[in-house]
Amino acid sequence: MKKVYLDNAATTMVADEVLKSMLPFFTDKYGNASCMHSWGEEARDALEESRSVIAKKLNAGADEIIFTAGGSESNNIAVKGIAYALKNKGNHIITSKFEHHAVLDVCKSLEKEGFSITYISIDKDGFIKLDELKKAITDKTILVSIMHANNEIGTIQDISAIGKICKEHNVVFHTDAVQSFTKVPIDVKKSNLSLASFSAHKIHGPKGIGALFVKKGIKLKKLIDGGAQEFNLRAGTENLPGAVGFAKASELISNKDIDKMALLRDYFIKEVTKQIPETSLNGSNKNRLCNNISFSFRNVEGESVLLALNDKGIAVTTSSACTSAKLEPSHVLSAIGLKPEDSHGTVRFTISKYTTNEDLDYTITALKEIISKFRRMSPL
Amino acid sequence: MIAFKYSDEVLKHFRNPKNAGVIDKPSGTGTVGNRTCGDIMELFIKVVGNIIVDAKFKTLGCAAAISFSDVLCDVIKGKTVDEALKITKDDLVTILGGVPAPKLHCSLLAVDALHKAVEDYLKKK
Repeated sequence: MKKVYLDNAATTMVADEVLKSMLPFFTDKYGNASCMHSWGEEARDALEESRSVIAKKLNAGADEIIFTAGGSESNNIAVKGIAYALKNKGNHIITSKFEHHAVLDVCKSLEKEGFSITYISIDKDGFIKLDELKKAITDKTILVSIMHANNEIGTIQDISAIGKICKEHNVVFHTDAVQSFTKVPIDVKKSNLSLASFSAHKIHGPKGIGALFVKKGIKLKKLIDGGAQEFNLRAGTENLPGAVGFAKASELISNKDIDKMALLRDYFIKEVTKQIPETSLNGSNKNRLCNNISFSFRNVEGESVLLALNDKGIAVTTSSACTSAKLEPSHVLSAIGLKPEDSHGTVRFTISKYTTNEDLDYTITALKEIISKFRRMSPL
Repeated sequence: MIAFKYSDEVLKHFRNPKNAGVIDKPSGTGTVGNRTCGDIMELFIKVVGNIIVDAKFKTLGCAAAISFSDVLCDVIKGKTVDEALKITKDDLVTILGGVPAPKLHCSLLAVDALHKAVEDYLKKK
């Protein structure tokens, strides 16, 4: 059976080049970067080289990048780290209604500790309301955390505009750039970023490694104690194979790949909406990640579509309530004003640079058949 | 979100729901659920001499909802109306080899649809 993996926002295949770059660091170059001997030095050199590669992609200094265990950890270190470091200055944090749970749940837990959180609304196209953000900032505001690209609907926020607002009010600005990294250019200086979170496994790197940009001068409360690694911000022996693989992965996606993905995305959107009636795209078709397509199919249940596509060798995901333990519609889809009945029929397709036209044609044929089967079965 | 796995029996009914469809001139129909919350099920029964001789369904919902609909039809066919009404949601869960906890409520949908269809049948009789 043909296999088509269209869940690249969940995770990606490790690229051959990435795996190859990592292997020596499991067997030959296995030193601990904190040690003084030659093994340690070799490890340290590779770690610092990896740090520089990632820093360069962001127009950041190498001493402004710390390695973490992934995107969720980076978000935790950033949001909690600022909240605890600046709690004497203020207790107000601003975020948005459609952040990833690694920011949203952190904010909710901070709320219980006495912090006050403002959740900025999202318009129907999937963009935060900048006016609302401006108005929300008070002299107690210590952090603005707004994601760069949304994981469910792929819309890209204007982080430079947000950065400008934060700069005017002298507020720390963090962005969760896990989905956008390498697909959208990021310049930490131009966008006035104080903190930004990244993850390797979304970009054909390994799982279990991420990074956090911490602008020079930004003070964070350290969350993981036990050693002075990572500029004394994150204790623990560094994941060297991971860091090497992450750096390699960050160099793999070219502008040509991005253009190719955007063309495939647009082709898929055009064909599916043309061939399958009562289908709508969630989120704007402009300022959208080159690899994200989120559709709501009327009168079908997302989970049923996911399982039927899986039977045909196609991997997708759904933010439909039915696949979550909570049975609530996705907070992202609710934030853009989607009615629950449309949320139930939402399916996300996320392509990669390895996706082909043929993969998408196979998916469209399967999808057409599946949607019409389920609609025939529906009482509506 | 933590994913779960369906039993083979659920997947069998989901992949090939033999009882999906409608009955022309049914003895009773019952529609339950609503789209805002999730699933909708419509059940059609044909009763001859107090025996349910045929049952079909239309369901908009997840794999569990479709499987419960299909298995309910299997179970009630050949039973008297009174016998059918004794079927509980737990019976259906057992036949399907269990369902993940968040999906248990889907079994109630099927049982409710049956009760509504029987009510409709008795009213028309």
